[in-house]
Amino acid sequence: MDFELFTNILFATLRTGTPLILIALGEMVCEKSGVLNLGQEGMVLMGAALGFIASVVTGHAGLGIIAAILAGMMMSVLFAFLAVTLVSNQVATGLALTIFGTGLSGFLGAGYVGMAIDGIAPFPIPLLSDIPFIGKVLFSHDPLVYFSWVMFALIFWCFRSTRLGLTIRAVGENPEAANAIGIPVMKVRYGAIMFGGAMAGLAGAYLSLVYTPMWSEGMSAGRGWIALALVVFASWKAERILLGAYLFGAASIMHLVLQGLGFEASPNLLAMLPYGATIIVLVIIASDAAKAKLSTPLALGQPYRPQV
Amino acid sequence: MFNFTLEKRPSDSKAMSYLSPLFAIILTLVSGGLLFATLGQDPFHALYTFFIAPLSDVYGWTELGVKVAPLTLCAIGLMLCFKAKVWNIGAEGQFILGGLGGGYIALELMDAEGFWVLPLVLFFGALSGLFWGAITALLKTRFGANEILTTIMLNYIALNWLLYGVHGPLKDPEGFNFPESALFSDFATLPTLTDDYRLNFSIFFALIAVAAVWALMSKTLLGFQISVLGEDKSAARFAGFKEERLTWFVLLACGALAGLAGVSEVTGSIGQLNPYISPGYGYAAIIVAFLGRMHPVGIIFASMLLALTYMGGEMAQMDLALPKSLTGLFQGMLLFYLLACDLLISYRIVRKPAVKTIGSSSNSAQA
Amino acid sequence: MMNRIKLNNITKRYPGCIANQAVELKVDAGEIHALLGENGAGKSTLMKIIYGVVKPDEGSMQWQGEEISVKGPAHARSLGIGMVFQHFSLFETLTVAENIALSLPKEEAASLDLLKQRIIEVSERYGMKLDPNRYVHTLSIGEQQRVEIVRCLLQDVKLLILDEPTSVLTPQEVETLFKTLRLLASEGCSILFISHKLDEVRALCDHATILKAGQVSGHCIPKETTTEELARLMVGDDTPLSENYKKAEGGETFLSIVDLSHQSNDPFACTLKNISLEVKAGEILGVAGVAGNGQEELLNLISGEDTSAKETVFFNNKAVGNLTPEKRRVLGLGFVPEERLGRGAVPDMSLQDNGLLTGYQGDLTQNGLINTGKVKAFAKNIIDTFNVKAAGIHAQAKSLSGGNLQKYIIGREILQSPKLLVCSHPTWGVDIGAAILIRHELIKLRDEGCAVLVVSEDIDELYSISDRICAICDGELSPVAPANDVSINQLGMWMAGDFHATNNPPESKGAIK
Repeated sequence: MDFELFTNILFATLRTGTPLILIALGEMVCEKSGVLNLGQEGMVLMGAALGFIASVVTGHAGLGIIAAILAGMMMSVLFAFLAVTLVSNQVATGLALTIFGTGLSGFLGAGYVGMAIDGIAPFPIPLLSDIPFIGKVLFSHDPLVYFSWVMFALIFWCFRSTRLGLTIRAVGENPEAANAIGIPVMKVRYGAIMFGGAMAGLAGAYLSLVYTPMWSEGMSAGRGWIALALVVFASWKAERILLGAYLFGAASIMHLVLQGLGFEASPNLLAMLPYGATIIVLVIIASDAAKAKLSTPLALGQPYRPQV
Repeated sequence: MFNFTLEKRPSDSKAMSYLSPLFAIILTLVSGGLLFATLGQDPFHALYTFFIAPLSDVYGWTELGVKVAPLTLCAIGLMLCFKAKVWNIGAEGQFILGGLGGGYIALELMDAEGFWVLPLVLFFGALSGLFWGAITALLKTRFGANEILTTIMLNYIALNWLLYGVHGPLKDPEGFNFPESALFSDFATLPTLTDDYRLNFSIFFALIAVAAVWALMSKTLLGFQISVLGEDKSAARFAGFKEERLTWFVLLACGALAGLAGVSEVTGSIGQLNPYISPGYGYAAIIVAFLGRMHPVGIIFASMLLALTYMGGEMAQMDLALPKSLTGLFQGMLLFYLLACDLLISYRIVRKPAVKTIGSSSNSAQA
Repeated sequence: MMNRIKLNNITKRYPGCIANQAVELKVDAGEIHALLGENGAGKSTLMKIIYGVVKPDEGSMQWQGEEISVKGPAHARSLGIGMVFQHFSLFETLTVAENIALSLPKEEAASLDLLKQRIIEVSERYGMKLDPNRYVHTLSIGEQQRVEIVRCLLQDVKLLILDEPTSVLTPQEVETLFKTLRLLASEGCSILFISHKLDEVRALCDHATILKAGQVSGHCIPKETTTEELARLMVGDDTPLSENYKKAEGGETFLSIVDLSHQSNDPFACTLKNISLEVKAGEILGVAGVAGNGQEELLNLISGEDTSAKETVFFNNKAVGNLTPEKRRVLGLGFVPEERLGRGAVPDMSLQDNGLLTGYQGDLTQNGLINTGKVKAFAKNIIDTFNVKAAGIHAQAKSLSGGNLQKYIIGREILQSPKLLVCSHPTWGVDIGAAILIRHELIKLRDEGCAVLVVSEDIDELYSISDRICAICDGELSPVAPANDVSINQLGMWMAGDFHATNNPPESKGAIK
């Protein structure tokens, strides 16, 4: 494999991993507050569809991004209303969100299938992108890739050293106690859920405006689910999400690697790789039961409503 | 603004658990009507086209039956899993594997003759689905891997396996290069009930499965153990019920049933292997299980309703030029409303008591 | 002179019961005031109202002469009201400092280092030493309670409310707590001490308000009131005040635990070390101990929910260490776990189904099929025999009160004629009537020849019903001796892990009553 191909593969890995990072970071915050939102696929697809539609209609990709974020947030508010205010079963509600979001995005986007737009152009960072190898791999990406790094840093710092991070963790461990010391549990959860929705919507916009600038039904191909597995794999730690996302990104572009090594393989068999990799990762993580127990937010998935 | 608040009921309301699906259906219809109105359609005509027109003749009802069979088979299997709180989201993958496995045998037996061909194909289909369920069971019991995520991954792997098959080794050499297999022989075809309609024996499989699961859950100790496991894991442990064995049982059973649904579909109404053997039956069956209150009779009615949403989507596409994804939209709305209305089973809505002042004796209204 | 806090006519209703009715309460500065009452009397609800977690339906509150309405815990804290909950409101995966930071207003918690300094100073001053960097899940229960108290102290507390603080402490730790409280009171802090333990209230408190079934049944000065009068105010005139049970000598050993050591892979669990224990048929063995010292783990190994090497646990000389629960039940085990709703009974299932939960190996099933008629009869039998107040056998387990559900669960086990009955905290949180019935039934069962093992934090109860007594601390078992021969001081030292205590005058009795 020649050097140019290797550089391209790394570059592509970063791009492929970016939507996973966004979704996973968002869901991580949500889960740290104790809420399990399985509706990622639905939110991502809504972000992708509405982001694409807004870009086509207004002609500005930037407005598309905003629309996508709002779409993701609105879907997540729907989820939050059911899961937090109405204390519904979080697993079923998340599934409902996925099915509904998939259907609604397909419905709204039906008239836009097959359209092409320019999408968002890459933004090489001046000077840095001229560095050989690293410049191409790290600093010649589109703005959303850089944004994902900024987001990672923010979230890392938030849970390391801020009161907000502490509050979210407290709510996720013991909402009863948090309520007793005066933390507004429902507000915190709504906030965490909506943040997750915004990130998922943004990831969707990335898919339809940057990665492959177009819209088609179900274009997220399970990334929402992979991101959920990622959060578990990362033991709810931001730095591990970054690592895991890029590993999955690499698994998804295996066809490039194999081409470079001179192999031919059926695209369908190759397509199985990221999903298979996810299963392997889930197995590895779960086998260390004691560690898993310590890092999982204790109240994750349990419906809670303060008694007045 | 909101002068109402939620108050926990001392005991779950049985009445509400039956009323809740009805409320959900009504709310879905109303929302659907509003949606149609905003799209410039006459809401009543559109709702009629979606929900009533497909059932306006005998043919419509038999077509309903064609869809009810796979939905019911999958849903009754899922019911076993969900009762044990094993969140098997993989009925879709188990269905596909059933179709793929059974279809493969059918293709291998293309030249075979005899009454044994079909039962063997069906058996192999069910076995394939069971195998897919077994993978999940192993991952969960041996490795503790979360079944929601593993089953979804397996769904995607199953689909890609099917695509690989119909694009490659199983493609019909005389089929103009379409990603389809050859049509199965008559001996590997599930017979229809009459010559005029597509309704076939799979409907009997579904009804027998429903009866069997009903008997299991209500009359046997095994069924009781499954219920307890789902309701309260530590009580199951306390009682000495074996969580691992029960998990294997429900996943194998559901896999086999979904696999049977898949192979019935490819040997029945489809007649071959192609990429579209499941229009999302495995996912819709999840909604059927919830809407049907995890009860065999409820599941039959709920699968009729969900089957109707498929037909309604097709009808709306033909008559009103609306996108077929309307089906998924309605299905998602149904589940959402159901979950919201289910709240009323454990909570009731009461008026919030007024704010206290000195010496006031306001009444707290209790519904 | 105005009171520090005064409650007028407080009423709070929940569906199905009136938690507080027209309650009047007043506490002065520097006063230690007891709120006495049995389980279910309404004490916790009243405290939650003062702390703003719960809003009253009627009535008013005056704080230092001014009418106020407490909007929530943060507001209560800003007024100077501090609360130490019965079930700690701590976050186990966070450190002591982080826990305290969360309950302080943002400005005060801005610098974590400064806060850590303050924690060290304040905790030492009041005799409750704490290391701010430790994770809460590594602390003992007594230490966790200190965190709760120090948290209040850091906020310039004027009224400190403690909800049943001594139920999780050894007798020696109780003394330390009382010293701290007296010091606080002498500095002008008001203390509201909720309890149902008369001797402690007598030792510590200046005044007392007694609650019975949600209403104030009396006020008094504890030191000038006899135990009998206090008890009467708490439980009314019909309930027998003292239960005197004869002690028994056991016969053949039924349960034998031999050199059992066990380490769980649960990071929060306690490791058991070389436990050896015998329970004879026809005796009650009581195991005292503060929660978190290995009781859970030990009981799981006896019930079969956790298994060990075969030859570590014996039922009637048969090695059962590797057997799972259903096999042990066939050999005569009955088990009443600590958790009623969720483990002992399935909350959403009916009483009928819950009867089947442990009774399925008898004639309630045949060849895997359930005999519904017999299941219904069994459930009805339990309800009738044990006086369980419920809306019938179809009532959901969660609709029963704590006492009634416990009666059902114990009844279910007793009616299966066990040879060994293991009970964990049998009367915790149960109303006085049910508690008496339960203790009565345990004695009756013992007299019929059953071996009974009782694990409890209620030392008085243990002394009352146990024939032999011991304690568990840090996964190790103390020596076992006849209850009459072990002083409460001795037991306290055993509970604290000092198994070689010689401070045991032979004539000293068990419970102080």
